[in-house]
Amino acid sequence: MKTLFNSGHTACAGCGQSMAARLVIDAAGSNTIVCNNTGCLEVFSTKFPESSWGVPFMHSLFENCAAVASGVESALKYLGKADTVNVIAQAGDGGTADIGLQALSGMLERGHNILYVCYDNEAYMNTGIQRSGLTPFDTNTTTSPIGVNSTGNIRPKKPMPEIANAHGIPYVATASCAFPLDIQRKVKKAISIKGPKYMQIHVPCPLGWRHESSQTIAVAKLAVETGLYPLIEYENGVLAAKRQITPKPVEEYLKAQGRFKHLLKNPEEIKKIQEIADNNIKKYGLKVETQQAA
Amino acid sequence: MFGPLTCKPGSSRNNKTGPWRTESRPKYLKKNCIACNMCLQACPEACISGQGKNTYDFDPNYCKGCGICAYICPKQDIIMIKEECL
Amino acid sequence: MKEFLEGSMAVAKVVQLCKPGVISAYPITPQTHIVEELAQIVADGHLNAQFVNVESEHSAASVVLGAEAAGVRSYTATSSQGLLLMAEVVFNIAGMRLPVVMTTAVRAISAPINIWNDHQDAVSLRDAGWIQLHAEDIQEAVDLHLIAYKLGENKSIMLPVMVCMDGFLLTHGVETVNIPSQEEVDKFLPPYKAPYKLDVENPMTLGPLVDPESYMEARFALNETHKEALQLIPKITADFAKIFGRTYNGLIEGYQLKDAERVIVAMGSVCGTIKEVIDELRKKGKKIGLLKVTSLRPFPANEIYEALKNTPKVAVVDRALSVGSFAPLAAEIKASFFGKTKKPKVISSFILGLGGRDITKDSIKEILRLMTSKERQGEFIDLKQELLKENYENAV
Repeated sequence: MKTLFNSGHTACAGCGQSMAARLVIDAAGSNTIVCNNTGCLEVFSTKFPESSWGVPFMHSLFENCAAVASGVESALKYLGKADTVNVIAQAGDGGTADIGLQALSGMLERGHNILYVCYDNEAYMNTGIQRSGLTPFDTNTTTSPIGVNSTGNIRPKKPMPEIANAHGIPYVATASCAFPLDIQRKVKKAISIKGPKYMQIHVPCPLGWRHESSQTIAVAKLAVETGLYPLIEYENGVLAAKRQITPKPVEEYLKAQGRFKHLLKNPEEIKKIQEIADNNIKKYGLKVETQQAA
Repeated sequence: MFGPLTCKPGSSRNNKTGPWRTESRPKYLKKNCIACNMCLQACPEACISGQGKNTYDFDPNYCKGCGICAYICPKQDIIMIKEECL
Repeated sequence: MKEFLEGSMAVAKVVQLCKPGVISAYPITPQTHIVEELAQIVADGHLNAQFVNVESEHSAASVVLGAEAAGVRSYTATSSQGLLLMAEVVFNIAGMRLPVVMTTAVRAISAPINIWNDHQDAVSLRDAGWIQLHAEDIQEAVDLHLIAYKLGENKSIMLPVMVCMDGFLLTHGVETVNIPSQEEVDKFLPPYKAPYKLDVENPMTLGPLVDPESYMEARFALNETHKEALQLIPKITADFAKIFGRTYNGLIEGYQLKDAERVIVAMGSVCGTIKEVIDELRKKGKKIGLLKVTSLRPFPANEIYEALKNTPKVAVVDRALSVGSFAPLAAEIKASFFGKTKKPKVISSFILGLGGRDITKDSIKEILRLMTSKERQGEFIDLKQELLKENYENAV
């Protein structure tokens, strides 16, 4: 098939991030410049001399894609091409919520016309599944391992969509590999809006999450359907859209992945995670309302 | 003097990832396909093409055998079979 | 046109004449006046540029990296802590072969925190791959910026250039400066045409992952290009002289070297003080001279050798430390003579002016006094012994 993210990259079989990256750039189109942080995506798609990218692509360092993209966007403004060329800044969850947060915040605050995409596989996968600021509560990672004294990561996910939204930007969205066409719809919508946009895509990692490579979309779907990964859109600061669900119990999501295996015999911890899901459902109004009889 | 600085666009196509498959590969039955396009959208390797009912197929040069296409097909028209030993 | 200007203003004016399309910087003393003046220039419509106020030096360097990668001439400025904070981006820019030009208002490095002038910041990043030029006075600082863009953007070089000017002494000092006209600058410096860039018409990938099979060649090429720059710099300064009428060598400058029995080697504004001492003592028949090093990178080892091979006694002034080892400039000067049959009998190493400690004519005379046949190894001048008592026992 014709694509701007070509075959031959060295991502793991079933990699959610490679799926999402292709959906994003094919939605954005060939008039796009991509600035990428160091991470799985950059490593598996641009190993010299081979590159999957059919658009101009730039990788600099681990934490500066938002600043590099700001420079590219400023250059385009100077050249008078700002209206015809899109700029996308991309990073993983670690490169966004932790080390890249400063550059992201600066870019959002300055109001650059850039779409920032965070590929959230919930850990530093490229360096070996270490815990990041977007690793969910009770996740088994190599730096928040389970043990005699531990049931995994002790902190909940940093609320990056809300943090981005708090900068007063026109569009924030979460998306998921579970719904490929929704990713593309949101990218197209974001690009049509002038100003800084933030998108966070949930991308399962078969290796890091310990599930079969064929289950990438299935696992992503369960995250959405349990309420653990709300799919929402903020427009000009206000919650404008959400994907409504008939909530499934979180246990279904947890038992689909090896990284949560330790919780299945621990009803107390499952209760805490269910609480996180229930809070999301309440906060965003995710539950499908039953039809009222006329 | 310059050294390794840039890559040509799409040059990853020189890297045939088909040999990654060891266990299974997809088989497109081409019987009940409704051309929903979901397999093409979902493939992480972008190695599925097709246009119109029962025309979809995968490119064995790049397919890594992940099985997502078989999972996502709403008509179960794609199955995973054992990779042939050559 | 001759104007009586603060150094920062002069630099801002020459940067304006170079017409960068993107300017991005983060404020740090003593660079602030340069970027403030540029902001005013842009705000008044005298320069069509995108002025990007960033949230740290790391991002300032990243913004100019991105802009340069998109094919637009860009500019930034920093000092000390800012230079260290952007250090990984500095290495990145050189490795990606993007001809950014940056003014470093050279300043001491924390700790202890000190905002005054020495060379530690720029010297600490001499390994990054940037071309590093040091200005003696404000006129030279102005002229080196023009040379920097011309040199860095040369198709066979494509390297970033750091123009170093002593913090406060040159940034906040006021001198009569000849600011060239836009026509003269346009004759010398054509618009930037990037040989590789981010362009939707011609997509390519910049900054790929390079494994052991290919990395070494990229670094070899970077190193070789510095050797090419050694050849090109004098040609560019010759072109410069034709248009602007001021002569520089660009690599080194010899002052009263011909029959000198003692020569001091130094970088930066201290050279002005040394020249005054030379003028004074030459009248009294003392045969002394100065070798000013303008280009710390690429290091003009051969030119230094040729200039000093017959000089009996040499003293190197360092305004930075390589803590725990030989003073940085002294080590490189000495290395320029190793293995040669002709070389100075003595090369002494002196450390002065750290953290803005004033270097007076008396300091220079002290060096001359100490330039005996006995080699001095990293000897500090003007050190205050009374401050060196261990004082932490009072804290208990």
